Amino acid sequence: MKKQKMVSYAKYGYFFSIPFIVAFLLFTLYPLVFTIIIGFTDMKGLGSSIATSHFLSGDLFKNYIAVINAPSFQIALKNTVGIWIVNFLPQIGLALLLAAWFTDNRKPMKCQGFFKVIFYMPNIITAATVAILFASMFGYPMSPMNDLLKTFGFIKEPVYFMQNKTIARGVVAFIQFWMWYGYTMIIMISGILGINPELYEAAEIDGATNFGKFIYITIPNLRTVLIYMLVNSLIGGLQMFDIPNLLVTKSGPDNATLTTSVFIYNQAFSGSYMFNRASAASMIMFIIISILSAIIFVLMTDPYEAAEAKKLKQVEKEMKRKAKEAKKGVA
Amino acid sequence: MKGERISIVRIFMYLFCILLAILSILPFFIMIVNATRSTTQIQQHAVSLVPSGYLLNNLKILTGKSFNPIRGFINSMIISAGSTACAVYFSTMTAYALVVYKWKLRQPFFTFILAVMMIPAQVVSIGFYQFMYQIHMTNNFLALILPAIAAPAMVFFMRQFMIPALPIDIINSARIDGSKEFYTFNAIVLPIMKPAIATQAIFSFVSSWNNLFLPLILLTKQEKYTMPIMVSLLKGDIYKTEYGAIYCGLTLTVLPLFIVYFLLSKYIIAGVALGGVKG
Repeated sequence: MKKQKMVSYAKYGYFFSIPFIVAFLLFTLYPLVFTIIIGFTDMKGLGSSIATSHFLSGDLFKNYIAVINAPSFQIALKNTVGIWIVNFLPQIGLALLLAAWFTDNRKPMKCQGFFKVIFYMPNIITAATVAILFASMFGYPMSPMNDLLKTFGFIKEPVYFMQNKTIARGVVAFIQFWMWYGYTMIIMISGILGINPELYEAAEIDGATNFGKFIYITIPNLRTVLIYMLVNSLIGGLQMFDIPNLLVTKSGPDNATLTTSVFIYNQAFSGSYMFNRASAASMIMFIIISILSAIIFVLMTDPYEAAEAKKLKQVEKEMKRKAKEAKKGVA
Repeated sequence: MKGERISIVRIFMYLFCILLAILSILPFFIMIVNATRSTTQIQQHAVSLVPSGYLLNNLKILTGKSFNPIRGFINSMIISAGSTACAVYFSTMTAYALVVYKWKLRQPFFTFILAVMMIPAQVVSIGFYQFMYQIHMTNNFLALILPAIAAPAMVFFMRQFMIPALPIDIINSARIDGSKEFYTFNAIVLPIMKPAIATQAIFSFVSSWNNLFLPLILLTKQEKYTMPIMVSLLKGDIYKTEYGAIYCGLTLTVLPLFIVYFLLSKYIIAGVALGGVKG
């Protein structure tokens, strides 16, 4: 009787996971394997398929070597990292500053809700639209930026902003910064609100200044959030496509705003149809992103906590050993 | 003395925040005002605080060429609504499998989901494109909708939400009442998960709406273009000197997002704070 009542529901765990697994196999794993394979073939040309292409004879890594040695890929990688750094450092700095202001609950700032909504707003606007909007803002010969600078007497003749490498890159970095600092700020605020308030109270009793509390309590306690933001932003930055692709035509002078994603797109879809090289470049990006993700997992485990866990294990071992010895002694 | 100094600091804080707010709004403000001005007016002065009366004229120039905002809007709507529905429904279902049932591969499966969370769609795009090309699915919206069924980050979020929100007793009593497992999920679990589903649906919808890379490589027919692809046409030669029309086109693509954002901003900000969105 009792056995009949014990229906096993475990099989439903498998049933309910089937759609996810099928979709994952079809739309992520299979394309991933396919991309890897294409990277080792001579597949190129419009309408070429795996049936008409062959594995590379001789050097199997020819596509990889070609990509790594291509000057445009090196420029793309350099640009991507450079643009990311120029956007990320001020972004994290500003986000931390604003988060510290907005979470000071002794003298709360007014209109916080309004500021949060406005600062986050650029993030939800289509990146393609933002890119074209800024292209119009910095256009030549007539654009709002040229108009403003002329009105205030900074320049006499209109400036062709996007023909200047530094300005073109700077604008891409600025757009990334402008679109993402609100997001980073909100994550920081929720991180700070998660810190034990007793820590701040104790510091206040000890006479800590606002700045001291920020440096010695807020920053160390935000460690995990900061690392998460760092790696997440780096992975996002490596995929930057819409803005560098649409802000300047043909990546600007000397490929000034060429990024790795734009490089892959250009290799595969604009004109040359070099699917093999594009696949190799995708895989290089994939490896970089995997390494970064691995770093996140390692760093996210607090070293202090890890040490504690290690100690606990040692104590347990010791106890077991002692128990064994005691048993032996009894015997 | 001290009070005075602090108030100066506070004035600075407010001024700084107001400055940032202006920085966020100004580009969109210029865009909307210029959408109502004629190209000649913009050429004389590209910045103006006063709207003019050329909106309809600009709209005519805009739609007279390849820009079809209504088509783009409908296409984007189909793709975004379809992929969002797939993502939230099946992510909740996968999370349910992970939370409620005790099966052998449960823990390995969860670890697997964590591991694949970081795979960006972009790095598999070449293989994905070739796959879709072979089975003649380019220019088919399903190629952009169905992959949403496997959304690891959303499964993770749903699981985190479900563990405290879903009491196992409810499911047990449903079983005693004779409810089938699939029915229990649809009739009892989904309503309980409504707050999480709403948050995730907003972000999923917006990110699908804004996506350019995959639609750009998959959709080659003009009548299939989504809103972001339409926008990228504004960069082309056909609109080279039609400044008014360009601003007008940009405004049309931003308007629906503005409406959604200012209606739901409270929930969106709360959702971001939960870490429910991947950057």
